[in-house]
Amino acid sequence: MNEDLIYNAVGRLVPSEINGEPVVPFMGVGKYRPEGKKHASAIPTNADYPADGNKQVASLKEALIKAGLKDGMTISTHHHFRDGDLVANMVFDVVKELGVKDIRWYPSASFPCHAHLIPYLEDGTISHIEGSMNGPLGRFCSDGKMKKTAVLRSHGGRYQAVQDGEVKIDIAVIGAACADPFGNANGLNGPSSSGLLGFALADSQYANNVIVVTDNMVPFPCVPWQIQGNHVDYTVEVEKIGIPEKIVSGTTQITKSPDRLLIAEMTAKFCEATGIIHDGFSFQAGAGGTALSIGIYFGEIMRRKGIKARFARGGSNKYLVEMLEEGLVEYILDGQTFDLEGVRSMRDNPNHTWTSPFTSYNYHSKGNFAGLVDVVILGATEVDVNFNANVVTHSDGKLLHGLGGWQNCLFSKTVILPIPLFRDRIPVIVDEVTTLCGPGELIDVIVTERGIAINPLRKDLIEKAKDSGLPIRTIEEMKEEAERICGKPKKPVFTDKIIAAIKWVDGTVIDVVRQVDEKKTEN
Amino acid sequence: MTATAGNRGDSVRSDCFVQIAKTEHHATEIRLLSKVESLFGDSIRELCHEVLTHYNLRNVLVEIEDKGALPFVIAARLEAAIRRLTGTDESFLLPIETKNLHRTGRDRTRRTRLYLPGNNPKLMLNAGIYGSDGIILDLEDSVAPDKKAEARLLVRNALRAVDFGDAERMVRINQLPAGLEDLDAIVPEQVNLILIPKCESAQQIIQAEERIEKILGRENTDIYLMPIIESALGVVKAYEIASALPNVAALAIGLEDYTADLGAQRTAEGRESFYARSAVVNAARAAGIQPIDSVFSEIDDMEALRSNVLESKALGFAGMGCIHPRQVPVINEGFSPDEQEIEKAKRIVIAFKQAQEKGLGVVALGSKMIDAPVVKRAVHTIELAIQSGKLSTNWRENHE
Repeated sequence: MNEDLIYNAVGRLVPSEINGEPVVPFMGVGKYRPEGKKHASAIPTNADYPADGNKQVASLKEALIKAGLKDGMTISTHHHFRDGDLVANMVFDVVKELGVKDIRWYPSASFPCHAHLIPYLEDGTISHIEGSMNGPLGRFCSDGKMKKTAVLRSHGGRYQAVQDGEVKIDIAVIGAACADPFGNANGLNGPSSSGLLGFALADSQYANNVIVVTDNMVPFPCVPWQIQGNHVDYTVEVEKIGIPEKIVSGTTQITKSPDRLLIAEMTAKFCEATGIIHDGFSFQAGAGGTALSIGIYFGEIMRRKGIKARFARGGSNKYLVEMLEEGLVEYILDGQTFDLEGVRSMRDNPNHTWTSPFTSYNYHSKGNFAGLVDVVILGATEVDVNFNANVVTHSDGKLLHGLGGWQNCLFSKTVILPIPLFRDRIPVIVDEVTTLCGPGELIDVIVTERGIAINPLRKDLIEKAKDSGLPIRTIEEMKEEAERICGKPKKPVFTDKIIAAIKWVDGTVIDVVRQVDEKKTEN
Repeated sequence: MTATAGNRGDSVRSDCFVQIAKTEHHATEIRLLSKVESLFGDSIRELCHEVLTHYNLRNVLVEIEDKGALPFVIAARLEAAIRRLTGTDESFLLPIETKNLHRTGRDRTRRTRLYLPGNNPKLMLNAGIYGSDGIILDLEDSVAPDKKAEARLLVRNALRAVDFGDAERMVRINQLPAGLEDLDAIVPEQVNLILIPKCESAQQIIQAEERIEKILGRENTDIYLMPIIESALGVVKAYEIASALPNVAALAIGLEDYTADLGAQRTAEGRESFYARSAVVNAARAAGIQPIDSVFSEIDDMEALRSNVLESKALGFAGMGCIHPRQVPVINEGFSPDEQEIEKAKRIVIAFKQAQEKGLGVVALGSKMIDAPVVKRAVHTIELAIQSGKLSTNWRENHE
């Protein structure tokens, strides 16, 4: 395996085969042309389903058995409950109990709560993960302990892989805050409210077997039906599917760090000075502390100028909801809801609408919303002097984050990465990123606390920012300053073993992560 | 025998904790636990060897818990532990950052000065980017008594290694006489200004200055002093202190200690300190130096800060202390001239230049004569306006 290595269009050495299946090396943005038909699951018939519409079974175990669980299958779960998810752990407790092996786990994202699954990765219950890996699972994978190669995809890439039949899901287990016995489900009502269920859409449409699990079973109909019962095979009621305080936790606090506030303020000033913020514009900012502050600065600018945004793409949270309710933003197109205010707003406000990776991100479709956004604010662990960026590994070569919707958002009209010049002693702007997740041609502006670098391809932005009084510098100057402060770091040494592949939005391989050679790195 | 220095714990960043022990029978060993091991592990060990060699130390076990500390921090922590272990007072100095050689003027603008706890390297690294006119590396109230010695070395190294940009590099030493020892460490390191806390007499200023000149081995021409008045007696002696020496550049007031000394409560209206603030302004202005106000401690309340600054400016103060970078822009703005003041200053400066060009001894604006101090204040207003970005440097070309 992996012997046949090819340099792809961004100069990364990648294999032509992963886990025994052929893959296409990245060919450049928009260069790969898919062929053939979309994947389809077997044609079902109503004759096989209860005439009264009651698909409820007694337990998750029974549902999995009825779905034909066996060795080597692919099981998907979703991260609507974030670090409060109990569903994936429950599923694999059953898989383990039944002695089934070699499962490919296909989550839309994983969280530290899934460290519970490490023993199952060790004993072969789970062969590998295709999805994000943070925290303990990232370390497990980084240490080369996973049986097969991990595959990381963006949210849009995950939909694309399912739609194109690149990943055939045998059993999708969809945790929902509210469901009826027929299988209609939503994330809006109940103790485990998560807002929406968009990440499970592809699974509901394409998986061979779909199980809906809820801790809030209501009589038919469960409305609105974000997941349609017509796609669902079995429904299960359990005591608890999520830990509410962990579903809406974490990154939704405005930063107090003076450096991050400064970066946020500079980002907003840049957007004002270059005319990106104009009446009827649109934006997307994530849930991190810096991104939240940028949203607040945007709000101040809009109020001062007496203008409003046509729409904002969420991750929604109370700050974005306040902007919607104040009339600064006309619509929220929400991909995931980060707090209860977001859930409330989505439930009550018709202008707060749920989206999915299909509507927002799927590259193998007839257009998506990401490209319609005027400015998107994203993060990165590293950016190099060619504006290529990394979000999955750190400079020490360890796999620590998933791709999320990051790659998909790069298609917005202006992509801004507000990042510190260095973290502790680690330069963030480097000669060459450790792992290339997004090509520099799609990344427009880097805002650090010590200056702003504009991609030379964006002559229009360079021209508009010229007299802004903002500290516009070249990316090389900023890289040199980072090294002057921190010292020039040594690079980790890698073995030949590929532990993870990074897919581009079209399913091609843009880079791989190799295992760090601990001995040679620390000599 | 074991000695330690530095900080440890989950929230510690950009710092390290060093423990050194003498071992009679073993060769020197360095145990490094660093979060940046793969990137900087070798260079940290190299630096550690260099320091040990400098002190001629053998047979020691050095344990370093590193949270991404920069070399100037690691060197300061190692030196502090070694000094404690061996009793040496020998220094280990890394090369000086050439940008840090800049000197400042006695009358430079001092609207904002950002306080940085002297034993916390994390806050020092980016201190120069927030636009404060000065930064204060504080060895006094923000440093615990048992950390004074190591903070002194950290501050000394920071003065040499950290690029604080255009900010004036200030150090607040401890109350005399303990502060004299601080002077030994920092005076040779290109400090621009020294804050002397809890001043109550001109004699204290002279005592500090004598120590400075002794350390320099020459007349002190470029290190300025800013005494801080923090007691009832200090307020009474304010003018004596302000005019003690020509290099006293500013006189500050510290209200926390002052109100405690009075036995009064600090209130939002500040009536209890009105007299002292005015007395300090008056004494400073009488001595021809800058009066500088106390800090405002509610860091989340920007509106209250704004009104505090306006009041401070109205009383005659030229600047304030900042305890959080977020306060800097608000205070800078508050002490900067407004549009009306700038317009007036422009007219005066232009009239003055025209009079000079025509060789006139007297300056007039319309039918009104303008005195020299008025011109001086106008020039200062223009400088402030340029510094705060309200006026371009070539404003005269655009004006004419």
